[in-house]
Amino acid sequence: MTYAFEAEGLVKRYGRTTALAGIDLRARRGTVLGVLGPNGAGKTTAIQILATLLTPDAGRATVGGLDVVRDAARVRRLIGLTGQYATVDEDLTGAENLVLLGRLLDLPRAAARARATELLTQVGLTDAGGLRVSAYSGGMRRRLDLAAGLIGRPEIVFLDEPTTGLDPGKREDLWSTIRSLADEGATVLLTTQYLEEADALADKITVIDHGRVIAHDTPAGLKQLVGGRTVVVRPTDPDRLGAAARVVERVTGRPVEHRHGGALTTPVDTARAFTDIVGALGSAGIDVAELALRLPSLDEAFRGLTGVPGPASLTAAARTTTRTTTRTATTRESA
Amino acid sequence: MTETITRPAGVRLPGSPREPRPWPLLRHGWALAGRSLTKTRRNPGMLLEALIMPVIFLLMFVYLFGGAVSGSSREYLQYVFPGVLVLTTILTGQVSTGVSIVVDMKKGVFDRFRSMPIARSAPLLGSVLADTVRYPLAVAMLFGLAHLLGFRVETDLASALAAVALTIGFGFALSWLTVLVAVLLRDENMVSWVAFLVPFPLVFGTSMAAPAETMPDWLQAWAEVNPVSHAIDASRGLLLGGPVTEPVTMTLLWGGAALVVLAPLAAWAYRRRM
Repeated sequence: MTYAFEAEGLVKRYGRTTALAGIDLRARRGTVLGVLGPNGAGKTTAIQILATLLTPDAGRATVGGLDVVRDAARVRRLIGLTGQYATVDEDLTGAENLVLLGRLLDLPRAAARARATELLTQVGLTDAGGLRVSAYSGGMRRRLDLAAGLIGRPEIVFLDEPTTGLDPGKREDLWSTIRSLADEGATVLLTTQYLEEADALADKITVIDHGRVIAHDTPAGLKQLVGGRTVVVRPTDPDRLGAAARVVERVTGRPVEHRHGGALTTPVDTARAFTDIVGALGSAGIDVAELALRLPSLDEAFRGLTGVPGPASLTAAARTTTRTTTRTATTRESA
Repeated sequence: MTETITRPAGVRLPGSPREPRPWPLLRHGWALAGRSLTKTRRNPGMLLEALIMPVIFLLMFVYLFGGAVSGSSREYLQYVFPGVLVLTTILTGQVSTGVSIVVDMKKGVFDRFRSMPIARSAPLLGSVLADTVRYPLAVAMLFGLAHLLGFRVETDLASALAAVALTIGFGFALSWLTVLVAVLLRDENMVSWVAFLVPFPLVFGTSMAAPAETMPDWLQAWAEVNPVSHAIDASRGLLLGGPVTEPVTMTLLWGGAALVVLAPLAAWAYRRRM
């Protein structure tokens, strides 16, 4: 058996709402599958079916070769779940939460304590283990929640938007913990709204929207599929926008895509085109206030994959991604 | 690819009754009861409420109505205390148990438990078991206060302990009613309202505070069939003397019936609400 989990044609309806309209998900053992999609795409429903919390209306799913409906009890021995909302108890301390879960997994008391200490260290909460969770920050709760899903050393770990709402710095801490899980041989299913996160962690990405899979590929393949990078040019003197457009069109050999707010955007096929544009603007004596190479954003990914603009929530997420890439690629020069 | 699931006959669904085995269920239930007790210790407000209610009832009955019903507070105390004991184990923790179950369901704490290899009903059992640890506390306090006021057990220690055990067992069985209501309603306000109101006709529609003969016919009829009447008669018999076998048997039967019907019903409702 090569797949750690495999879902085929999962359908789930809530009254007249269709949460899942027949999706397939699979991941090989020891790999990370990123499930990417906006709010309401069906990510949580899919994870809840695989984690035996929901039964599908149609389709089938196996985890570790076991049917999630018929063999639910045995599936639960293989999995660890970290939900979208922190599922730890606020009135207990971090350590008490983990010890309780260890006891529920039938670890002897001493072993449950040892495992709790070990996990608190692993997620960087050693000092906070004796504090009540109600005193934890959002990031600390997320990390404790992740630890809670790992008590039983699960072979398969389901992480439902584990970093939503975290600061970028905290997010990267959690990323390294998730990466180490996969390094130790666990199979991870991770849902996220952030392309950047899927890109950083996943071996394969499944993009879902409105309960359907709209793409399944490696991160590199997906980006290729989504379309190229774009260059943004903002001349210091707004009146020179037309001149700048002519220079850019000469380099790329295609018309400029759009012009508004004193900036122009054009797709580029190669990274080389960016440096060529920089050079050509310099020779033409056009000063630029902003010059950026943008990677495809999640919003554009959705436009590319579905032909419709991403929902508003997605746009916000995409903007974060864009801003980060812009910051790294922007060169401010006056040639 | 998309095909409707067909469930062959005899195939287990998640959480079907064959899954829980009594021993792990109890072990996990106790672990979860420990969680519930820790929470109670950290938020003593709810416990205090549970402990103070019966005390208020006892004082109120004895000093407000005692003179009117029995001619003297002291005499009335002997009459009313066995009933207040039953009231205590029925009321203690009802509201807090119901509310905490709803909160757990909403917050996703139960989602984690449900993804773990434990019986789905274990968290519900945990909440109720925690109550059985709270009861002795409430009962001890009540006995202490009643003693100070002048209440005396007229039988022996063994009978008094039997009265305590019986009323605690009866309260445990009835608390599944709150669990069922909590699982069905899933709303803290509704649950605390219902868990507060439902015990009233059960507890007060009895001979607890006054002999049934003094009541209007309809209420008398209700007191006759009310299972709590048996528990109060049993408690009286065990603490003050008088007929014991019949009311104790009836209490055990009713308590057992409540447990056998309500607990699986609550567990079923909880599993169905996935």
